[in-house]
Amino acid sequence: MSPITVGTLVPSQTFRVTRLDLVRYAGASGDFNLIHWNERFATSVGLPDVIAHGMFTMAEAARVVTDWIGDPGALEEYAVRFTRPVPVADDDRGSEIEVSGEVTEVLDNGRVKVMLTATYEGQKVLGNAVAIVRVA
Amino acid sequence: MQDAHGAQGDPLTLNAALVGRTYPSTPAYVVGREKVREFATAIGDLNPAYHSVEAARALGYSDVVAPPTFAFVVAYAGSSQAAMDPELGLDYSRVVHGEQRFSYARPIVAGDSLIATATIEAIRSVAGNDIVTTRVELATEAGEPVVTTTTVIVSRGTAEDPS
Repeated sequence: MSPITVGTLVPSQTFRVTRLDLVRYAGASGDFNLIHWNERFATSVGLPDVIAHGMFTMAEAARVVTDWIGDPGALEEYAVRFTRPVPVADDDRGSEIEVSGEVTEVLDNGRVKVMLTATYEGQKVLGNAVAIVRVA
Repeated sequence: MQDAHGAQGDPLTLNAALVGRTYPSTPAYVVGREKVREFATAIGDLNPAYHSVEAARALGYSDVVAPPTFAFVVAYAGSSQAAMDPELGLDYSRVVHGEQRFSYARPIVAGDSLIATATIEAIRSVAGNDIVTTRVELATEAGEPVVTTTTVIVSRGTAEDPS
């Protein structure tokens, strides 16, 4: 890996999320909120469709950082705002979350700050998504 | 961090006296190796540290490492104590997750026995929404700090309209 400086890009990834993924995440996380799997309920409360768990999106966004650094224990801080839901239609294609990252600050003790961008259909779904990671 | 007053002067419908309240620590959550693998599989993450004991040990951990956001699962019993406190007065049916933050002393690993201690950090009301910030400290039963989680939940349209 070349030296990490401000402006270093973290390799982008695209994560596909289907209804099956949401059901599996509901089971693994224990979050069975109806809006994440029951379209009848989701639309009754004004959502366009079933939406992905915010924590699912947050988990996927973290992967660009942990895949980049290898050791997931090098992540010291991770924070996001949930700004827009990711609707997931009842089809095999699902929805795609695109995540990219860029080093915006070199900190002390071999740590860097990475700003993440996560989008669905070109619109940001996370705000102020920041990871602090040890890279040295 | 905001204080207990509505940032835009909206009247609070929630009980602001609860800011600073700390709830009793939860019973220990024992992190199982298969649970870690199940969670990692559910987010589609094949990082060997999450699945292979050997790979985790090569990185210096005693057992498989939990993905970073797994801390939210462990903290949930603590944070829901606060969110569902009847004295708080939150309409949980209208709640959405606004923000989530994690600060790690070290990653959670299988075999950890973690207790969660929740504190209400802030209560405010902005543009008709009630907003509650809860911090949960996850520590081992021996008292070693592991992860601090901060959850901001928003109850849409439940604050009184400013007149």
